[in-house]
Amino acid sequence: MKYKQLLKESQEDYSLLEDKTVIAVGSATCGRSAGAQDISRVFMEEIANTDLDVELIEVGCIGLCYIEPVITIIKPGHPAIFYGQVTKKLAKQLVKEYLLGNNPMAEHALGTIGAEEIEEIPDLFATPVMKPQVRRILRNCGLIDPSNIKHYIARGGYSGLNSALQTKSERVIEQMKSSGLRGRGGAGFPTWMKWQFCVDSEGDEKYLICNADEGDPGAFMNRSLLESDPHSVLEGIVIASFAIGVKEAYIYCRAEYPLALERLKHAISEMRDMGLLGENILETGFDLDIKIKEGAGAFVCGEETALIASIEGKRGMPRTRPPFPTTAGLWGKPTVINNVETMASVSLIMKEGQEHFKEFGTAESKGTKTFSLVGNVKNPGLIEVPLGTTLREVIYDIGGGINNEGKFKAVQIGGPSGGCLPEEFLDTKIDYDSLTMAGAIMGSGGLVVMDQNSCMVDVARYFLEFIQNESCGKCVPCRLGTKQMLDILSDITMGKGKQRDNDLLRELSQGIRDGSLCGLGQTSPNPILTTLKYFEDEYISHIENKKCKALLCKELINYRVIEEKCEGCMLCLKSCPVGAVSGTKKHVHSIDTEKCIKCGTCIELCSGKYNAIERVSKY
Amino acid sequence: MTKTLNEILSAYEGNKSELIPLLQDVQANLGYLSEESIKEVSKFTGVSESEIYGVATFYTQFRFTPVGKKHIMVCKGTACHVKGAPQIIEGIERHLGIKEGEVTFDMEYSLESVGCLGCCALAPCAMVNDDVESNMTLKDIKKMFRRIERQSKADS
Repeated sequence: MKYKQLLKESQEDYSLLEDKTVIAVGSATCGRSAGAQDISRVFMEEIANTDLDVELIEVGCIGLCYIEPVITIIKPGHPAIFYGQVTKKLAKQLVKEYLLGNNPMAEHALGTIGAEEIEEIPDLFATPVMKPQVRRILRNCGLIDPSNIKHYIARGGYSGLNSALQTKSERVIEQMKSSGLRGRGGAGFPTWMKWQFCVDSEGDEKYLICNADEGDPGAFMNRSLLESDPHSVLEGIVIASFAIGVKEAYIYCRAEYPLALERLKHAISEMRDMGLLGENILETGFDLDIKIKEGAGAFVCGEETALIASIEGKRGMPRTRPPFPTTAGLWGKPTVINNVETMASVSLIMKEGQEHFKEFGTAESKGTKTFSLVGNVKNPGLIEVPLGTTLREVIYDIGGGINNEGKFKAVQIGGPSGGCLPEEFLDTKIDYDSLTMAGAIMGSGGLVVMDQNSCMVDVARYFLEFIQNESCGKCVPCRLGTKQMLDILSDITMGKGKQRDNDLLRELSQGIRDGSLCGLGQTSPNPILTTLKYFEDEYISHIENKKCKALLCKELINYRVIEEKCEGCMLCLKSCPVGAVSGTKKHVHSIDTEKCIKCGTCIELCSGKYNAIERVSKY
Repeated sequence: MTKTLNEILSAYEGNKSELIPLLQDVQANLGYLSEESIKEVSKFTGVSESEIYGVATFYTQFRFTPVGKKHIMVCKGTACHVKGAPQIIEGIERHLGIKEGEVTFDMEYSLESVGCLGCCALAPCAMVNDDVESNMTLKDIKKMFRRIERQSKADS
């Protein structure tokens, strides 16, 4: 089928929705775990009792994870209204009040999208969470049915592929070059250059791999994108394959993302049915096949050569480079590996043009970037901002600041290869070079915000434990060096730190950095080096005074009942798993510090009620 | 329906590159990689048993012992860690009377921790079979297990 015909058919199909009332339920993983499917069921049941003609569709994630389940109601001739934290009760009310009646229940609405206004409901994109955002990669997320390719096409999807196929492959690479697109996987290597290296390599058999093995703990941008708009990624894969001269492409996706895998498989079969994949794509003579490979759980497989080994059926261990994969990659053939978001950027650039892409960004970092903003912020979620936005804007404007009236301590950016930046870096611009200067890295886009209750030595220990587990074991400095560092950090958190430990950590970091083959090893000291640099006082107070400022490290604290506040409600006493709380009803309780295992149950139960239990320093 | 080992193998050609998908398929259908199944995979693919163990032990997904009917994977991602995942794991350990990586005697539950489930905005979270549990708290652990029990009774 030709693109024109495909577009016409899709638009006809999509426009059928305009005459109906549509309820779109956000059903990506976050929505589902907040109960989106129950909400869908309630809507179905309630609507069945009426004579309304309503279409219920499942859409992806709009990114407002903190108020899931999110739904949208679009009545013909009215703007779309978004509702958050929808309960079964609210769903029933909405059917009665807004679908049968005319009351949009503004008090529950988040905002509207559409030309017209509804009284007392703001424009969604003018709300504080959305206003600083520029949604280009996420343009369809939460708005279209990801399992219906026609929705994607009707909104201009695959037009980028169509224009790519109408021109020469060299032109596509030129477009990427002038767009300034840099790899979104973390390192920020210019995408066009990687493609060009592969084109210049000898041989006709070439491969493209889309890296969807999002292993960074604290990051979920790729999962959301694949679940909410898989075609934007797949289109990018086809365009890149055309530009490079690839006939077989792979998507390497984590097995921990079952919904993303399901959506991808479905999307690929839709593409085949529509003539967008297989032989003679869009009747242009271009052939391509895309295969899905499920990752089996190894962080190091995010490294290009390890990923290739894994697809070949081997242990995912990196090898020395050169030769780079663009010369000798999968099965020894020239191979390009691009991240999920890079692929979605490619389809965006081909659709809207490189000038459009360059509208935002800094001199060296063009375009927008998605981030998962999580940790102790009020509004955690999936966001997209122009590169060059400051951390402060992201955390305070979009994220709404620190939750529970807490105080900002650090933001971890870039995952285990990144670093923890303190308050004085809040005005740092988020771009590849500024973050590297600060000692962190862009990474794939995880931003974890920490408040005063996070102990920075514990955070460093956490990342080292992760790296130690994930080190493939090939290079001695990484395999044994991280183990030694982990032991030292564990000792510090247990109050057994020694005077020379900080220097020893720095020394080991240098050794691991210099003596490791791959990015995982080379960057693994970053979380330790940044915490040592910006929060050395915490290390010192652990070592010299056996004090954990955050009152988190178990060996250095005790739990205590604040007598003036305790009402003797027996709640903590009954729930203590080791019977460490004693007392009687309406009399002040006490905690036996010998028995107490510091599990935190009592404090959790009491907080918000009497706040009568506190953590105190043991020494 | 779960497939037998022979049925699983019959869908593959026996190339070495198929090893990981093949092992994933075996585990998905049989629950874990038993000694017997590894022997059969070795005969089928021509890859030695030791090499298969080498590959399988490299990846955290593969298990060599059976898991419980309800397999709990607690997320240990950064966001979950910051929001108290270590305490949640300990809480579940106490509730079930097993340690991370173990199975209960009645084979009902097994517990492990995983790198990151990608539900960071809902931290701390866990997966019980295919369902995500979000914003977990210590005090709700008992409630969660009661709900899981109810659900599994309703399903059977």
